[in-house]
Amino acid sequence: MLRKNDTKGKLIVVEGIDGSGKSTQIDLLYKWLLSAGYSAYFSEWNSSALVKSTTKAAKKAQSFTPTTFSILHCTDFADRWENSIYPLLKAGVIVLADRYAFTAFARDVARGVDPDWVRSMYSFAIMPDAALYFRVPLDVAVGRITGARASLKYYEAGMDLGLSENINESFELFQGKILNEYDKMVDEFGLTMIDGTKSVKDQQKKVRAIIKKILVGFEGLPNPNKTPISVTNIQAKKSKKGGSK
Amino acid sequence: MNKATFYGAGFPYRDFGKLSGKLIVLEGTDGVGRSTQVKKLRRWLEEEGYAVSDTGLTRSELTASGLEAAKNGHTLGPITMSLFYAADFADRLENQIIPALQAGFVVLSDRYFYSVVARDSLRGINRVWSKQLYGMALKPDLILYMKASVPSLVTRLIHGRGLNYWESGMDLHIADNFYDSFVQYQGLILEQFDIMSEEYNFMTINADQDPDTIFEDLKKPILDLLYNRLTKGNKPK
Repeated sequence: MLRKNDTKGKLIVVEGIDGSGKSTQIDLLYKWLLSAGYSAYFSEWNSSALVKSTTKAAKKAQSFTPTTFSILHCTDFADRWENSIYPLLKAGVIVLADRYAFTAFARDVARGVDPDWVRSMYSFAIMPDAALYFRVPLDVAVGRITGARASLKYYEAGMDLGLSENINESFELFQGKILNEYDKMVDEFGLTMIDGTKSVKDQQKKVRAIIKKILVGFEGLPNPNKTPISVTNIQAKKSKKGGSK
Repeated sequence: MNKATFYGAGFPYRDFGKLSGKLIVLEGTDGVGRSTQVKKLRRWLEEEGYAVSDTGLTRSELTASGLEAAKNGHTLGPITMSLFYAADFADRLENQIIPALQAGFVVLSDRYFYSVVARDSLRGINRVWSKQLYGMALKPDLILYMKASVPSLVTRLIHGRGLNYWESGMDLHIADNFYDSFVQYQGLILEQFDIMSEEYNFMTINADQDPDTIFEDLKKPILDLLYNRLTKGNKPK
């Protein structure tokens, strides 16, 4: 379903349910790659500025259906894909993504959309060189989230599914469904499983060992000043052009 | 009474039950006179006693502001743009069109996803991908394709609202002025409609004729649809 990487760059993604510790791990990896002199770029799920205004409003109004939720998250991904991820991969950058298409395959299917439909929607994207799946048992992840956060949000808790009136209970049931979808994808996509219950340091050691292997013989885009890459949408800053109505 | 049928998986998490209304789609390129005909058809159907609901592209509250902003800034890539349209389409389908059909309305849709697929495929979007994406779309009861030649589109537009940037396909950079670009672009769009006409079983209406004749031609298949399958009583005039 996902294309083969046809670029000079490398794509590394982390996946897992909320509270699996993946963001901590990719952040450490990102800093390590930069200090090692690679050109690296970090992209986060649901972060495109243009799509954000739409998703934010719809989340507030709780007007998403599983299908529109799914399409708009893919729109967000597509915007990042077309404006930054793909061109940077082409240029030979290592792109790190905190959540990727697999998040949609897990969450949207847990919400009830057709598995093949959502997979084909993301078929413009490539299969990562490393897809790291941080697996933790449900109770561990739920404990981390409910312990650290003041309150859960409506969609993150899957309240739209009507699994339970109680938001904490709904969250746990929803995360359980997502976990189940992730587990199914390990074989389907060959995700690399990492035990998210191990210490942060142990996990990072494993992550770096995996990435080192991938980077054998890789040159990529030079990074003479060892600086991170940021992409600003230059076009967005231009004034109105053309004769649109 | 029809069970909802979709091009693909539809909305598997919901059972819409029977749809007692009818979905009638008017398709055709820019400037073909669709919205004029939708207005006339609506008035006529209401006089005949049908509850009518009309809808068009990008009228969903969910995406209207995002799409408008994108059009003004030209900042979205083709895949992103395409998905924005699909979100809008799905939103209207689930929240407006299908509920209206459940309630027995005749829904007149000013364009459907076919127009979007036509414009997208000229911007490098893979047709197979589009087709799968619109697997959530409900199959209309009738697709009326208003087909007009490029010269008659030009005549109508120049004496009407004028040629504009998007309708001329200026973003494709195929010509340096609105007129040449419009002629080439709409020619390409017509080719796309011809392909889909067979694929999705369009009923072609000759839209080179005057508006009243077009209206009469549109009424006939609608009468057939409503008389044969919806009402058992008197055939409307």
